[in-house]
Amino acid sequence: MTRAARLLGMGWLFHVKMLTRSSFNGVLGIVYPLFFATVAFFMYRAGNADALFYASLGASVMGVWAATSTAAGAALQRERWHGTLELLVAAPANFALVLLPVTIAMATIGLYSMASTLLWGRILFGIHVHVEHWLLFCLSVPATVVAIGMLGFLLAVSFVRYRTAWALGNLLEYPVWLICGFLVPLTLFPAWVRPISWALAPTWGMQAIRESAQGGTPIPDLLVCIGLGLLYTAIGVAVVDRFLRAARARAVLSLT
Amino acid sequence: MSSVRLFFVGGLLSFRALFGWLSPWILIPTYVIAPIFQILLFVYIGRAAKTQSDEFYVIGNALQYAAIPCVFAMTNTIAGERYQNTLSAVLATPAKRIPLFVGRSLPVIVNGFFVAAFAFVVGGALVGISVPAEAVPGIALVILVTAFACTGLGLTTAAVGLLARDTATLSNIVFGILLVFTGANVALDDLPGWMSTLAQGLPLTHGIEAARRLADGASFASVGGLLAAEALVGLVWGMVGYTTIRALERQSRIHATLERA
Repeated sequence: MTRAARLLGMGWLFHVKMLTRSSFNGVLGIVYPLFFATVAFFMYRAGNADALFYASLGASVMGVWAATSTAAGAALQRERWHGTLELLVAAPANFALVLLPVTIAMATIGLYSMASTLLWGRILFGIHVHVEHWLLFCLSVPATVVAIGMLGFLLAVSFVRYRTAWALGNLLEYPVWLICGFLVPLTLFPAWVRPISWALAPTWGMQAIRESAQGGTPIPDLLVCIGLGLLYTAIGVAVVDRFLRAARARAVLSLT
Repeated sequence: MSSVRLFFVGGLLSFRALFGWLSPWILIPTYVIAPIFQILLFVYIGRAAKTQSDEFYVIGNALQYAAIPCVFAMTNTIAGERYQNTLSAVLATPAKRIPLFVGRSLPVIVNGFFVAAFAFVVGGALVGISVPAEAVPGIALVILVTAFACTGLGLTTAAVGLLARDTATLSNIVFGILLVFTGANVALDDLPGWMSTLAQGLPLTHGIEAARRLADGASFASVGGLLAAEALVGLVWGMVGYTTIRALERQSRIHATLERA
């Protein structure tokens, strides 16, 4: 148990350091969501200025998902390029314990984007972020980040057999922004969309962040967010074991 | 004759060889599905923010998405060659540079046109906008000119590829600037004055405005000025890009810095 926790912790720290030094994941991870946040701020300011605080919180969490979706999709392919995938798979440690901190580190990098988006909104658009329950807010943010990282883990292992997994991960950026209620209330969507939203941890994480900021009751949302994250991890562990066994049996891990 | 062959055949081969976009695993998510979701995202934000009509966002984002195939592809004309270790070979050839580089832009423009047109048709159908049938040919021409203008800008970002290694970051930033500044989602009147002024020199701004007016029933003649402005913007960016590429190519030969980036 201690060894597993150490592996998770060190893996997370190591990958956060690596990602911080990448201009694509670091600089672009901050700047790219800011473009979308800026557009959203202009749109809300022009039509519904009362909702700017709502938009500010939503836009800030968009960055966490943006930092995760494409990068997590490509996580295994990146190891292939580096020539380290076979080594990691052959290592005595469970491969899930190696991959999970990678995707959580990707989501963690999104915190830079989250902070910069809130700051951007405050400085350029005068959006005051007033938080009612600081303690719950400070719990909701990391819980959402970890849950998004766990969703990224599920993506990463689901795309293990695709060379162009980055494109599939990239594809999921807009849909999750759209249906998780970051910038659009779920009530605006057709009824058939809502169950899909409810199955996504970012939806509940976003609600928990908003509830804690606005003085509501974020704990139920927080628990569902964490629960879904753990469910993704459990499915991911089951899937990765299955995929790795199949890949070893057919000698197709490197996809050459 | 060899220049014509270089222009058409060289451009097509380069497009196919460098980008690997014939793989449906990249083409469909990137060019078919993503623009539809971008349209839906902004349509719904627009509904929540109660600003513009659905038509405003469908046209704005469909045309703006032409920036993805056009800017990224043109930027890759340099970055892709370096990645394949063929950049020095390409620049060492005696081939004329105009057909060499401009020829590569032709398939990019065609691709950008189809991506934006598809997004416009499917996105429009999904959210239920109606455009007069007589406006369709005009809008198609506007999309083509807009794709040309974006490719012109892409040639400039391609030139930067001779200086910088991480062109993917640069292309994404250019895409973001076009998203914010060109009126794709925010009416130019709602932007600060300096932003709407700057937008006049960017691709997409005039094209998006022309397409919106055509969809609202304006005659093609009435948007001729906007169309000419869009083409001029593309031409200027293209010339800036071509001139910069030539200048940096000379510099890289003199200082042996071609592979430096």
